[in-house]
Amino acid sequence: MTDKATEVGEQEVRKEVLPREPLFSAKNRRLVTDPLGDDNPITIQVLGICSALAITVQVQQAVVMSLSVLFVMIAGSTMVSLLRNMIPSRIRIIVQLVVVASLVILISEVLKAYLPDIAERLSVFIGLIITNCIIMGRFEAFAMGNKPFPSALDATGNALGYAWILVVVSVVREVFGSGAISFPGVGQVTFIPESFFEAGYYNNNLMILPPAALLIIGVIIWVQRTRNPKLVEEA
Amino acid sequence: MALNKNSNAYTFIFAIVMVVIVGVALAFTSVSLKPLQEKNAVQKKMLSILASVGVEAERETSAELFEQYFAKRIAVNHEGEVIRESEGPIDPKDMEDPFNVDVQKEFRSTEMKPEDRSYPLYLAEIDGERISVIPLAGKGLWGPIWGYIALREDDNTIYGASFDHAGETPGLGAEISEQNFGDQFKGKTLYDESGNLVSITLEKTGASPDAPHAVDGITGGTITSKGVEEMIRRTMGVYSAYFEKENTELSSTQ
Repeated sequence: MTDKATEVGEQEVRKEVLPREPLFSAKNRRLVTDPLGDDNPITIQVLGICSALAITVQVQQAVVMSLSVLFVMIAGSTMVSLLRNMIPSRIRIIVQLVVVASLVILISEVLKAYLPDIAERLSVFIGLIITNCIIMGRFEAFAMGNKPFPSALDATGNALGYAWILVVVSVVREVFGSGAISFPGVGQVTFIPESFFEAGYYNNNLMILPPAALLIIGVIIWVQRTRNPKLVEEA
Repeated sequence: MALNKNSNAYTFIFAIVMVVIVGVALAFTSVSLKPLQEKNAVQKKMLSILASVGVEAERETSAELFEQYFAKRIAVNHEGEVIRESEGPIDPKDMEDPFNVDVQKEFRSTEMKPEDRSYPLYLAEIDGERISVIPLAGKGLWGPIWGYIALREDDNTIYGASFDHAGETPGLGAEISEQNFGDQFKGKTLYDESGNLVSITLEKTGASPDAPHAVDGITGGTITSKGVEEMIRRTMGVYSAYFEKENTELSSTQ
């Protein structure tokens, strides 16, 4: 443990000395790819679960939510990172909160103006992006101590890691809960053929309720840890 | 750097500058998006009123359908006298138009005198029957709730209802905006046989579908259910005067 800590410390020191890093160095690329898999905010860090349960009934909602979080994270991380040397440390959490809150209000106003129906269905959860632990977590843990570009990459990675879980969960829930996925402009695309319903198949009502998301996320966590046993915590 | 970033002065200045910048940016966004949001709100209101009479519409077609079904809009005062009638297209700037009346304020403001309040009523013709849609406004657990209740020609039997809310708990109180909840009101009656207002109660333990004056309440949404109950009873108390007048007029002319 101690060795590891000094190793990380050394790495960071070396980074400071290096004059210029290539834009997409291996380290920068890992900032994006790690949160997609072995450092996923939902399945490994177990952050942002609340919204993952609530708004994954429909793919549409999940996509809008993911895009909103992506925007808030990238813009917010970059801003916090740019300001990191100016922010008085005593009020840094408040400053981070103001950054997230104003971006979220911005998103909420824009959605209300341009996508009123989706905004209505997402209801309080857009406002609750403010309390999404992924965002504040990454600001405090990463953006406060790193340059803007790596911070933006880290934000992108974590937001995408959040997004793909949301989309996978919502696809499963909408297909089995409603039998069809509705796309804006296209309408409903049926996945379960009519003949199934005639043969006695029913849409699974559990899938429409939040606990279904918990079950699906549970399955994702299980699959992920089976494939990579290193992720399993010591009991 | 000469600046002491841990000093109180620096902290205060930083906070003030930040708040001013954020405030200006958000105020600007809010003002520039307001017209679009208001248009959406009007469309939503039309959709809710149409939903109460069982007409399904999209945002784009809402205005057209609304005008097609609701030829006449009237406003009455607290004694049930008609104070304003309007027909045809709605002028969004005419705040006196019954459609534009802010019922949340008119019905519930504590500062307005009863005689200053105006109570709108939207009249539709559906299959040759006159349907009156009454707007409702009340409060739920977290904020305002509202709805529309459509009455058949006898001014007693409910033709349909739709409800909505600003911020009730999703999955609990927010369920009032589901069509299933509004549909329960169909066929219920507001007055008993001798013509007394009994309104509709929301039963916590569930109501029989045959019960004339009761529907199922919302599980886990007791305060929202109470709010719905209260707003129907209070609003109907006012409109009763109008229906009474109208019916005596009808019988005296016959």
